[in-house]
Amino acid sequence: MTLRKLFTAGLIGTAVLASTAQAEVRDIRIGVDVPYEPMEYRTPDGELTGFDIDLGNALCAEVGIQCEWVVQGWDGIIPGLMARKYDAIMSSMTINDERREQVLFSDPYFTPPSAWFAPTDLEMGNPDVESLEGLTIGVQRGTLQDNYVTDLYGDVADVSRYATADDLVLDMDSGRVDIGFLDYPVGKSTLLDSEAGDYKVVGEQITEPKEYFGDGFGIAFRQRDEDLAKAFNEALATLKDNGTYEEIHAKYFAE
Amino acid sequence: MDSLLASIEALLADNTIFTLDTLSYYGEGLTTTVQLVFLSLIVGLIAAVPLAIGRGSKRRWIKMPIFFYTYVFRGTPLLVQLYLIYYGVVFVEGIQDTWLWVLLEKPFFPALVAFSLNTAAYTTEIFHGAIKATPRGEIEAARAYGMRYSLMMRRIVLPSAFRRALPAYGNEVIFMLHASAIASVVTIMDLTGAARFVYARYYAPFDAFLFVAAIYLCLTFAILYLFRYLEKRLLAHLKPASG
Repeated sequence: MTLRKLFTAGLIGTAVLASTAQAEVRDIRIGVDVPYEPMEYRTPDGELTGFDIDLGNALCAEVGIQCEWVVQGWDGIIPGLMARKYDAIMSSMTINDERREQVLFSDPYFTPPSAWFAPTDLEMGNPDVESLEGLTIGVQRGTLQDNYVTDLYGDVADVSRYATADDLVLDMDSGRVDIGFLDYPVGKSTLLDSEAGDYKVVGEQITEPKEYFGDGFGIAFRQRDEDLAKAFNEALATLKDNGTYEEIHAKYFAE
Repeated sequence: MDSLLASIEALLADNTIFTLDTLSYYGEGLTTTVQLVFLSLIVGLIAAVPLAIGRGSKRRWIKMPIFFYTYVFRGTPLLVQLYLIYYGVVFVEGIQDTWLWVLLEKPFFPALVAFSLNTAAYTTEIFHGAIKATPRGEIEAARAYGMRYSLMMRRIVLPSAFRRALPAYGNEVIFMLHASAIASVVTIMDLTGAARFVYARYYAPFDAFLFVAAIYLCLTFAILYLFRYLEKRLLAHLKPASG
């Protein structure tokens, strides 16, 4: 009797060990929706590239598994995970409670930054209550940037709210708006890379506090794949420590 | 005042959307809307009287430019006029260095110009119609008395024309109030601007817009009441004799 119990326990133990080991080395497929520059898009010759793709590949290498990318439209991206068309989603997916009910998220790997944009002749250090006093700040109405600016600087500065980023750019061109607070990629494409071209980023890119800027993007797994999520979280921590993360970040978000 | 604010705050304690903060946005919005509409109506009214007289002139070089003006401003959407004036002036080379820029930099003045020009065009047509409808007998009587054109206009034609125009003009005032809702597209924080802000902030379209709709209703009611009073006073002679 005792012997048999011991044998059973041993058997279960081995099985558990084997399954854990298997989960960690199993090659996986990752679902992604393209294009969403610069997070994920295709090069002119059709190759997948972007911040998510590079970071995902680096994470897989760190975990020690092979990863294959599966392109999937955004509407069906969570059902596709459930249907085992792939085993993870890495596609600029913002972590929120609604999605948490369906999927298991890794630690956030990226928070889309916001930044201050101004004409090059504006002299200012890091924008704060004193340096922004009396200026006109342009934002897109109803965005998290609007909330942030209204709460922090609404009392000292004029906040002009625009329906689109283009209207804001027009008023910045004409000098009606002194400084704009925008999604960094939006500001980069509409102001820094535009024809007018006389704009710069003022101060640091801003991703804190969470209350305004959210939890950021996470990798989504099926609820039961806790080991896989754990392995990716560890790999992410390692990449952040050894500078690989910084390197990939700089490649896509350099100023 | 402080105790009043405190009591209002206590009253709103259970409310997540309509805090003292958001109410102050609506308050500022109300002030802006009333200022904008009131000022543009005054400017429009003052401009419309000579334009309406000119519109009925027999001389083509007076009549045609005024007709062209009212045709253009009644024939295009107010939103387009507002966009053209607000964003269009910027493309005038070097305008930032002139004194005009002090006025044009903030959105209030361009909006005021657009609204005034628009309401002046409509009011001109309303008055022109009323002047044209002056009974021939009144004009003939004035001439028989030997009145000059200007005296006849001042004493006979305009007073009766204003009375006839009153109901139509009351409508124009209400239309102007409602048209002012587009001011928020050029970043003015008017009533609608405040509602859009609250909507975007709390994702509460019903609460934000129903509340602002109620404020517009109150304003409209006040305007209706004012015009009913004016009509009762000024159009008393048109009422059927009682008894």
